[in-house]
Amino acid sequence: MSTQPRREPTRLVPVPNPNKIPERDVDKSPILECRHLGIDFGGLTAVKDFNMAIGRTEIAGLIGPNGAGKTTVFNLLTKVYQPTRGTILLDGMDTNSMNTVQVNKAGIARTFQNIRLFDNLTVEDNVKLGLHNHISYGMWSGIFRLPSYWREEKVAHDRAMELLSIFDMGYLAKFKAGSLPYGAQRKLEIVRALATNPSLLLLDEPAAGMNPSETAELMDNIVKIRDMFGIAILLIEHDMNLVMGICEGIAVLNFGQIIAKGTPDEIKNDPAVIEAYLGKKKEG
Amino acid sequence: MSLKQSGRRLSKQSLNGFINYGIVIVAYLVVQLMISQGLMSNSLQSLLVPVCCYVVMAVSLNLVVGVSGELSLGHAGFMSLGAFSGIIVSVTLQSVIDLAPLRLFISMVVGALVGGIGGVIVGVPVLRLRGDYLAIVTLAFGEIIKNVIMVLYVGVDENGLHFATSEAGLNLTEAGTAIVKGPMGAVGVVKVSTFTAGILLVLFTLLIVQNMVHSRSGRAILALRDNRIAAESVGISVTKYKLMAFVTSAALAGAAGALFGLNYSSTLASRFDFNTSILILVFVVLGGLGNIRGSIIAAALLYILPEMLRNFDVSKYRMLIYAIILILVMLATNNPTIRNFFLQLRQQAQERKGGQAQ
Ligand SMILES: Nc1ncnc2c1ncn2[C@@H]1O[C@H](COP(=O)(O)OP(=O)(O)OP(=O)(O)O)[C@@H](O)[C@H]1O
Ligand SMILES: [Mg+2]
Repeated sequence: MSTQPRREPTRLVPVPNPNKIPERDVDKSPILECRHLGIDFGGLTAVKDFNMAIGRTEIAGLIGPNGAGKTTVFNLLTKVYQPTRGTILLDGMDTNSMNTVQVNKAGIARTFQNIRLFDNLTVEDNVKLGLHNHISYGMWSGIFRLPSYWREEKVAHDRAMELLSIFDMGYLAKFKAGSLPYGAQRKLEIVRALATNPSLLLLDEPAAGMNPSETAELMDNIVKIRDMFGIAILLIEHDMNLVMGICEGIAVLNFGQIIAKGTPDEIKNDPAVIEAYLGKKKEG
Repeated sequence: MSLKQSGRRLSKQSLNGFINYGIVIVAYLVVQLMISQGLMSNSLQSLLVPVCCYVVMAVSLNLVVGVSGELSLGHAGFMSLGAFSGIIVSVTLQSVIDLAPLRLFISMVVGALVGGIGGVIVGVPVLRLRGDYLAIVTLAFGEIIKNVIMVLYVGVDENGLHFATSEAGLNLTEAGTAIVKGPMGAVGVVKVSTFTAGILLVLFTLLIVQNMVHSRSGRAILALRDNRIAAESVGISVTKYKLMAFVTSAALAGAAGALFGLNYSSTLASRFDFNTSILILVFVVLGGLGNIRGSIIAAALLYILPEMLRNFDVSKYRMLIYAIILILVMLATNNPTIRNFFLQLRQQAQERKGGQAQ
């Protein structure tokens, strides 16, 4: 899938904080490494000297006050914005010359803070669009309904239903995505992103607008997804129960800069974090 | 259970498509019956081929405006390309191929190719950009094509085709004929278009557009219209799929143009002007964006209606009645489609202003 050969999995690379990578990933190169990443919007420096490494099967968290630049980091990773400074290494591969589409093909999938589904299409079609690059029949096979159309559409349908079943959403397959309740829309975005077969999944406030029981279910499902697919997950979230409950490594962003990195316990007790973010207690 | 559901949905989709084929075939049979019973006036019969052309134009434009969500104001330009290239091919082949339907078929294929090439030339640079540049560029394209053909002279003799900007410049031999004569347009064309060919082209267009929409490519085109940033985030290339819809549409317009051009003994480039493009756009909007059956019905009714009114000696009020019917249709179809159209425009405008993926 990637255009360059994968790195030797055993080779150790220097990472800013190797101790923050989960035990099972320490002998492997990180799936994502950001070095001195930064972006300016006009005069405003939205992200500054952002360094982070994520293990291959790590669940990592990115937290911080409103406007800290968390979503901007996601937009940099997915090339919605081109970084002004710094390097992004995805599985050791520099993404500098890639665009959004290529970054996704290389293995980063994401969800959006303000949900972005294909509202007028069915739930199933939304997932099938995630599978787009894993279906290969061409325009003419589609128009003239050649055997490859039937064969691959069936595979795509089965796969889509399988992915939807992670969130028990199979029964919603025929509904328009735009007609779903909020929580289901968020889950559908995750399923669609998963369908692209990523090695790194970015979740932007997945629990926003969910009630506590939905959030608890979501936490289980995020862990389940990591275990099932063996992928890394980086999530932005204001719900501290969720973040502290499932993240193995956490980075705290404030005014575009990382002010702390560590395990949930270290973050909870970090004076700088309490001062800048936790102390003020939930607002998001 | 899931498999059964999928089966049901597929049949519902294809049922919708089959109803459209059915409508076209029934219309064909009814017309044939009426002709054989002498129930159809000659003037009405003369509308049959152009109606088919305009149905194809509307359905193909719907692929761009309705399905792909891009505004095109120069669809008649592709029709023009197809008409004149089709005429040139047909006249050139006249001495070689006796069989009129075969000549028509080859002309339509060439018309489609030339229309498609026009689509690539317009689409490749424009569809890379964000924003409504396509509307401006297609508008200009339509006018440029019209003006170029108005100064173009094309003739054929035993040495092959000649192109020039004046009749004398063609340098034709004794046996040669001028096919396109600048401002006079194409003249001396042998009419080879038939209603049957028109219906076959409509059915072929339906096959392409309907099946395309319900396939991998069509899904990608719809996704880009719904949410461009999300589509890119799942690895769907914007330019590729916007271009696919645009070029397919242009090629179909080219084929319709060839059919149209070969239905008259002479054709003026000014027949395919901005007003024609807008007329087709009106068919699409009134029929409903993305609604194929709507396009068929709107194009057929709204094309025949003014011509029918012409027959009833109410010529003075012809345009008035036309306008009233337009308004009534608009009110009737207003609810979902028109509102969606403006909603979509507003969303696009917002997206352009913000451009921010949150
Ligand atoms: N395209 C842009 N142009 C100018 N400024 C921008 C742009 N995108 C983001 N910003 C600014 O960058 C800063 C960080 O925004 P961002 O959306 O990343 O915050 P966030 O951490 O995701 O906040 P929240 O928790 O509210 O989602 C804000 O000050 C925002 O106004
Ligand atoms: Mg944000």
